[in-house]
Amino acid sequence: MTFLPFIFAILIPFIYKLCGQKIHTGWFVVLVPLSLFLYFLQYIPLIASGHTVKENIPWMPSLNINITTYMDGLALIFGILITGVGTLVVLYSIYYMSKKREALHNFYVYMLLFMGAMLGLVFSDNILVLYVFWELTSISSFLLIAYWYQRQNSRYGAQKSMMITIFGGLAMLSGFIMLSIVTDTYSIREMLSKLQVISEHSLFLPAMILLLLGAFTKSAQFPFSIWLPDAMEAPTPISAYLHSATMVKAGIYLVARFTPVFGGTSEWFWIVTGVGLITLFYGSISAVNQKDLKALLAYSTISQLGLIMCLLGLGSASLYFGKGDETVVYAYAVLAAMFHLINHSTFKGSLFMVIGIIDHETGTRDIRKLGGLMSLMPISFTLTIIGSFAMAGIPPFNGFLSKEMFFTSVLTAAEHSVFGFKTLSHFIPFIAWVASVFTFIYCMIIVFKTFMGKHQPEKIDKIAKEAPIGKLIPPSILACLVIVIFFVPNVISKNFLQPALHAILPGITINKIEATIKPWHGWNTELLMTIGVVVAGFIMYKLLRRWLFLYDIYPKALTLNHLYNASLLGSEKISFKVTERYMTESIRDYLVYIFGFMIIILGSAIWLSKGYVINVANDSEINMYEAGIIVALVISAVTVFLSKSRLTAVVALGALGYLVSLLFVIFRAPDLALTQLVVETVTAALFLLCFYYLPELRKEKTRIKFKLTNMIISLGVGTIVTILALGANNHRLFASISGFFEDSYTLAGAKNIVNAILVDFRGLDTMLEILVLCIAGLGIYTLIKVQLAGRGKE
Amino acid sequence: MIPNDVILRSVTKAAIVIIFTFSIYLFFGGHHNPGGGFIGGLSVASGLVLLYLSFDIETVSKNIPVDFKKVAAFGVLLALLTGMSSLFVGKPFLNQTFGYFELPIFGKTELATAVLFDVGVALAVIGTAVTIILSISEDG
Repeated sequence: MTFLPFIFAILIPFIYKLCGQKIHTGWFVVLVPLSLFLYFLQYIPLIASGHTVKENIPWMPSLNINITTYMDGLALIFGILITGVGTLVVLYSIYYMSKKREALHNFYVYMLLFMGAMLGLVFSDNILVLYVFWELTSISSFLLIAYWYQRQNSRYGAQKSMMITIFGGLAMLSGFIMLSIVTDTYSIREMLSKLQVISEHSLFLPAMILLLLGAFTKSAQFPFSIWLPDAMEAPTPISAYLHSATMVKAGIYLVARFTPVFGGTSEWFWIVTGVGLITLFYGSISAVNQKDLKALLAYSTISQLGLIMCLLGLGSASLYFGKGDETVVYAYAVLAAMFHLINHSTFKGSLFMVIGIIDHETGTRDIRKLGGLMSLMPISFTLTIIGSFAMAGIPPFNGFLSKEMFFTSVLTAAEHSVFGFKTLSHFIPFIAWVASVFTFIYCMIIVFKTFMGKHQPEKIDKIAKEAPIGKLIPPSILACLVIVIFFVPNVISKNFLQPALHAILPGITINKIEATIKPWHGWNTELLMTIGVVVAGFIMYKLLRRWLFLYDIYPKALTLNHLYNASLLGSEKISFKVTERYMTESIRDYLVYIFGFMIIILGSAIWLSKGYVINVANDSEINMYEAGIIVALVISAVTVFLSKSRLTAVVALGALGYLVSLLFVIFRAPDLALTQLVVETVTAALFLLCFYYLPELRKEKTRIKFKLTNMIISLGVGTIVTILALGANNHRLFASISGFFEDSYTLAGAKNIVNAILVDFRGLDTMLEILVLCIAGLGIYTLIKVQLAGRGKE
Repeated sequence: MIPNDVILRSVTKAAIVIIFTFSIYLFFGGHHNPGGGFIGGLSVASGLVLLYLSFDIETVSKNIPVDFKKVAAFGVLLALLTGMSSLFVGKPFLNQTFGYFELPIFGKTELATAVLFDVGVALAVIGTAVTIILSISEDG
């Protein structure tokens, strides 16, 4: 079933070509999530009764990588969210995306790709398959953000989100690999049976941090949240679907899924809770200052995701306690997290859709230009009120319930403090409360700055009017859910939250009374906190103009976006400079590198292997002829590099060659001596030829310039090679094989061993050498005869 | 070309015979004495160079109508083919063999397939060396 979106993604272009002009392609697409949604619905009773469904499709059995789907409460919540919100978003996009102007086939292919990847992600049991789907969501999200690729901002946003999420994805992959090393399995199920091994392994902490990096980047947690506001360049249905309801929750899913593996430790507890709280605080405060409605919603999404993350972190403490009262009160946080996850998807999805409507109907999303739309767009107004008030946590909307549960959880953390941070945990409720006040303020901004106040028709391009009914249906359905969930929260609790709790905190059960979500608790601290939020938020909203200037005080240079851009630009600059520094385009420098490394590597190898020990006992004696020739050789070699004119150098080089052939004579190698003589003559002639044809200009008849580096390098190479040769002579481990060749007359019918080796024993080398010779000859011929480039100039 | 190089030309005419004879000796003697395909080939090439020096390139080319590029290629091909021939009798590539035969004039003579391979080497060397020198000189 998971593959249905992928199969359909292949078919979409054909459908678009066949009847894209007559019928909106979205009508075909909507069937996919709808059928999947219905398919998943039938599993609810089964999962609610505590069962799980497992299926296996072999992919790479030899590597233990198989597409294993595993459905439990947690996966089912996500499955239903993805398909349910997916259906509504596709429905919305049918009315939102123009049939004539937009490249719909691209749009729906990317979208189906994303949907399939997301479903694969939540149902995978194999971590490597999970990673594959994880990256597929990153890629399809990248494609969707840059859907209007002719806009520069879209491309910037797409690149930014790609860089950050892929960075996290790769970190997560290495975390996964560490986990699989520790447990010797790729299956999450099987990892859970080896918890003892994992917690005692030294890779526990690195694996955990790397995995959390993946989760935090995907879920836009602080400080990786910066990609989400820029991802708002995507079409609004995409923002509603990916960047509020589904993809950003992949990180939440990952944290929840691995809570049984890592949870119960203080590191996990404080990292997840802490990052969640910071994100919650940062997101809600940043949202207030936004001028663009979509950016505002992006920051609010960041803050709500932080809230869920914080709850998951708090809930993980219940694994630490194992049994008793604390276990249950902390497990309540996980329940709250899952509940808020569902609630957030409903109200945020509808809010995005409504803002898309406002954008389409008025032509702007800028809150400074909007206002007084209440009477013009009454239905949108109603939907916005429902969504915003749910987000702010006001009854009778579902956000109220999950916010109350959130307060309960943070108060619990303050009471039953764990992991030794007694004073610190008292701050948690305070931070949460302040963040909620800011949440209330930006919710008020969404509603009142857009719909109340004076209508300013001169500032907007279009005449504002209510949207067509088709566009309003999907957000209306979500808004209905927002209210329905408030009145019957226990249906959700029984069918979704408790099975999910079983999956996140295995072995811990909350009894029915605890898990019952009540709209009315009586006058307890949580309610007082909510009232405080409303009062403080309302006052601060009224005085908004008085203190909004505070945002301008904060220096631009310290914003995360600025840091990101500066580091990107900086790394580009630095790498360019570094490359420019060492890639000098001068062969002389490259030779210095090559020889330098040769000296260092060979030198250290000789030093370490004690190859510098030279034993001269076995060497033969030096006779007078040899000594004489060596002296002559040295003299001619020195002449070569001390000579003022090139002609001297050529002649000295020739002398060197002839002396070498004389050396061959002394060492009884007549064939070599003959060849050396002839070859030396030819090379000397060729050198003279080159010398004759040197260009007139810049004829240098000076001595070679002295350079210290060159001298050090050349002396170093000479020393190293000398030591190497002398040392190697000392380390003869085996007898020579030359005894075999001495029998060449019987073996090859030749008395000349050298020639017998060349043509008979090792004939292949000779054959290839004459090939080399032949190629050299042809090369010279072509170089001289074929002068296409030169001919063109003449 | 150089005028009045009568002495050079006369000496060349006499010397070339000696050079070529010596080259052939080096080549065939290679099996038992210093010499062989490489040196034999090089000395033939040096003889040819002497011819080019004392006479004209056109004159020599008219009398020795050989394309030396083809000579080089043929040499490599010959070496390859002698190597291949051992494959037909079920031996590995480049497996050389030799035997002793009674020939009419030479008497008991050793014949070896390695000599054929050496011919290839010599031809490749001659061809390459002359090609290089000719192309450079024609460029000037």
